[in-house]
Amino acid sequence: MSKIFPKSANALPLQIVLFLAVAGTVATAAVTYWVTPKYTRVGYAPTQPVPFDHALHAGQLGINCVYCHTNVEKSEHSNVPSTSTCMACHSIIKKDSPLLAPVRASFETGAPVPWVRIHKAPDYVYFNHAVHVNRGVSCVECHGKVNEMQVVKHDQPQSMSWCLDCHRNPELRIRDSKDVYNLDSETLAAQGRLEEAIARVHDWKIKPPQSCSGCHR
Amino acid sequence: MRYVWLAFLFVVVAALSVLGFRGSLSTRPPLEVFPDMDHQAKYKPQQESRFFADGRTDRPLPANVVPRGRSVEADPMYLAADDHMFRGKTATGEFARGFPEGLEVSHEFLARGRNRYEMFCAPCHGRTGDGNGITKQYGMGATPTYHDDRIRTMAEGEIYNTLTNGKNTMMGYGDRLAVTDRWAIVAYLRALQRAQQGTVDDVKPANRPELGL
Ligand code: HEC
Ligand code: HEC
Ligand code: HEC
Ligand code: HEC
Ligand code: HEC
Ligand code: HEC
Repeated sequence: MSKIFPKSANALPLQIVLFLAVAGTVATAAVTYWVTPKYTRVGYAPTQPVPFDHALHAGQLGINCVYCHTNVEKSEHSNVPSTSTCMACHSIIKKDSPLLAPVRASFETGAPVPWVRIHKAPDYVYFNHAVHVNRGVSCVECHGKVNEMQVVKHDQPQSMSWCLDCHRNPELRIRDSKDVYNLDSETLAAQGRLEEAIARVHDWKIKPPQSCSGCHR
Repeated sequence: MRYVWLAFLFVVVAALSVLGFRGSLSTRPPLEVFPDMDHQAKYKPQQESRFFADGRTDRPLPANVVPRGRSVEADPMYLAADDHMFRGKTATGEFARGFPEGLEVSHEFLARGRNRYEMFCAPCHGRTGDGNGITKQYGMGATPTYHDDRIRTMAEGEIYNTLTNGKNTMMGYGDRLAVTDRWAIVAYLRALQRAQQGTVDDVKPANRPELGL
């Protein structure tokens, strides 16, 4: 009987096992690296209908976030401003700029400017801006240094484990109330005032939910 | 087998170059790996609606609606009946002087006014109310100073009305500031005016050396 398999085939089972092991490791690594909000969301910076620049308005001009995102400290939702907010200045400053044409059109007709939404929690998650902001959690903890962004990008993964990282240790991430809208400020802990932060978490009864029903209600 | 390894290497390199690294900028909407119940048939604030012709889920209020289930007895602010408080006017329709009843002009009230003033008015009117806010450099030339006699003697109600409904080239802030916050701003504006007129006599003798007086 002639040989069906060449001699080299003897090593084949071992090679197949080796290949599967390597391929499996690489596939696992790829999934942990890519199939996570750290990859899918972070860096998302869509092109907006109006090239609105936070680095100019919030950074250079120093306009407070609340001037535009007015509801952030009153309600669960942080609103994107109405066009009349922009027109307070832009009916005089750069009033003929072609870049602002959609804003003027919206102001005249009442139709909203189609801003592209960047941060979006899934519909089964309950999130509330006011509770965070009023308890000393600054925008920068969750949105990054917006005051230096010319185009807003998704800066943090905003996944469940990311929420919980803070909910387990809020004292490391809270700021003085007056620093909440100052994105260049540092947390109490980073200023070496950890004791004060721990005392505040205790005195203000800051108890971020860690049970499922806190966020999935 | 060598070809298998080469093909595998090719797949890895191709995946790396297509998918890139974490944190790289992208204008494409995020990939949803498990879209389970991310998008439910419910409306959240400022979302788009395909039902209403103007595409908004936030419906504008029809004229003259009032919230139901409340009463004037339980909440005097309900129905916004107080002319002084809500419109800055007296019963005869003139601008009212002084602050409405029920508002105590206290230290906290002024502190609140300062907080709101610096957020909403300072970009144009400046932190001291001299009209030289940051926007002056960019063309908001008309912003006046508060420190002239016309505004010093202006009725509180008229200032309230200006900041609620706007005046000439200034737009109103009534949609963004609660009624009590608007009065707090008026109080703080008065404080700013007073501060500009301060003299040595306003400083307690004990504190004068600190200022080198
Ligand atoms: C002059 C008005 C203005 C000011 C001041 C302002 N913003 Fe914005 N912001 C906007 C507008 C308009 C958009 C929507 C367009 C965009 O995404 O660029 C926006 C979008 C955003 C978004 C992304 C929203 C989304 O779709 O997920 C974040 C986050 C944000 N702003 C945070 C801030 C923070 C933090 C500050 C204070 C440092 C601030 N903004 C100050 C007007 C303003
Ligand atoms: C407090 C005043 C103020 C407000 C409110 C404001 N802006 Fe501006 N904006 C400015 C100033 C000042 C400039 C810079 C003008 C310059 O460079 O001369 C500017 C520049 C711009 C430009 C660039 C225009 C050009 O032609 O270069 C755009 C676009 C713009 N703003 C969009 C907006 C939008 C959208 C809003 C509303 C969310 C808004 N702005 C609200 C003050 C304001
Ligand atoms: C604890 C984290 C956290 C903090 C602090 C925070 N945000 Fe957000 N922000 C979020 C999340 C999560 C979303 C997505 C919410 C959703 O989809 O309902 C969001 C969404 C937004 C949006 C988009 C809303 C929309 O409908 O387009 C804006 C604008 C915004 N935030 C502004 C701010 C500003 C301004 C501050 C600071 C005053 C701030 N946020 C502080 C987590 C945070
Ligand atoms: C940087 C810190 C931080 C991050 C990040 C954060 N939180 Fe919180 N969260 C807090 C703190 C602090 C409180 C406590 C408020 C209190 O007890 O008054 C809180 C409270 C809450 C509450 C309770 C609100 C209520 O009405 O009782 C919910 C719900 C919540 N967070 C959801 C979220 C979700 C969802 C995310 C992720 C998208 C998130 N948080 C991310 C700090 C954070
Ligand atoms: C601090 C708030 C918070 C708490 C507490 C919390 N979750 Fe979540 N959960 C989230 C957020 C935010 C998401 C959405 C994550 C995303 O979009 O990446 C989520 C997503 C999920 C998902 C969907 C995952 C997917 O991709 O389909 C499940 C399932 C879930 N949570 C279960 C739980 C359970 C079980 C508990 C209790 C042990 C719990 N959660 C507690 C905030 C929370
Ligand atoms: C976008 C820039 C801007 C902002 C922000 C702004 N103002 Fe003005 N304000 C003006 C301009 C411009 C005028 C001059 C109006 C005119 O043409 O008579 C003015 C005039 C005034 C006057 C004098 C009105 C008169 O009778 O002459 C008062 C009082 C006033 N503003 C109060 C406020 C208060 C209080 C705030 C904060 C809630 C505020 N303004 C925010 C631009 C602004």
